[in-house]
Amino acid sequence: MLTLTSPVETWAHRVRAGVKLALLAVATTGLFVLGSPLALAAVLGVIVGLYLSGGTDFAIAGLRLLRPLWPFVLIVALWHLWTGNPVGGLVVILRMLAAVGLANFVTMTTRLSDMVTIFQRLARPLQVFGLPPRRLALAFALVIRFLPVMLDRMEQIGASWRARSPRRPGWRVLVPATLAALDDADRVAEALRARGGAG
Amino acid sequence: MERNLTHIALFAALIAVLGLIPKIDLAGGVPITAQSLGVMLCGTVLGARRGALAVLLFLVLVAAGLPLLSGGRGGIGVFATPSVGFLLGFPVAAFVAGWVMERTTLPPGMAAWAAATIGGIGVLYAFGIIGIAYMTGVSVREASLGAALAFLPGDAIKTVIAGLVTQNLARMRPTSLLSRA
Repeated sequence: MLTLTSPVETWAHRVRAGVKLALLAVATTGLFVLGSPLALAAVLGVIVGLYLSGGTDFAIAGLRLLRPLWPFVLIVALWHLWTGNPVGGLVVILRMLAAVGLANFVTMTTRLSDMVTIFQRLARPLQVFGLPPRRLALAFALVIRFLPVMLDRMEQIGASWRARSPRRPGWRVLVPATLAALDDADRVAEALRARGGAG
Repeated sequence: MERNLTHIALFAALIAVLGLIPKIDLAGGVPITAQSLGVMLCGTVLGARRGALAVLLFLVLVAAGLPLLSGGRGGIGVFATPSVGFLLGFPVAAFVAGWVMERTTLPPGMAAWAAATIGGIGVLYAFGIIGIAYMTGVSVREASLGAALAFLPGDAIKTVIAGLVTQNLARMRPTSLLSRA
């Protein structure tokens, strides 16, 4: 399973995940307090610098992750031009690019396993409500393990539909897919119980 | 206990798979991504609590850096985009859909369609529109109009599909609908 972590090793990969997340939380809060386009542009400049410090390949990969934002940028620009508030629009766009860019930077420089460990640590207080961290770890592992299994099954169901019908499968493949997920869940539950339970 | 855990985990995987398969071509070739359909199904099949937890687990894995949102998006960054309202609304939508499913005595297909509409459109859009308005500075009225024009046709179809899938599950194996157990 591919993750969003960049294969290009940067200095930021060696910073501890908890530190990066804490800094990200502070910086993002700061971004929403800042209201001047100049200050926001300066912050964005710093973030561009962060990306470039990882090399051009890393920076280009980072830019690619921002691609889904462009429709929003367009809408915000048009809306604020139409309502005669171009400065307000600029602030929104700069803030959005900076916040998403910074968060993506943390994601790109942190391994999935480190991130999952942090989340488990953050979820430790939930123990009071009857959710031990071990069970959370098991749930993460189950999802990651069953993603390729379910993708394969979707393929198989689609193939067996096409072998029998000239028409498109459409929504009908979702019924066996959902049923298979329910069956898998029952079997995995049994297997877990047989091996000493979910803890 | 184990059954709850595995159902939550496997349905979290199902939401992800529905977002990863390129798109389902409906009769007539209307392409839609099925991610929010997965959220609706979590509610109508698993019920309120388990459904919401499955969606929450999915979101945590997205935040951890798996590119599981439709279009291969993921990471903490997606929670800073204008779509954040929809993401935060996902678990609530699944909960409300499950709650409606558990409470009504309508036949499963009708109940699931109503539950998916109330949860997956009513509740989800309320969150999503506030998110767009807050993040982009567009007024709530315009944001609602935009969301309705862009997403409502696809989502209306998805509620019908959620109803049909749930109805078929109920017919093929009545015990599989945990929301009605």
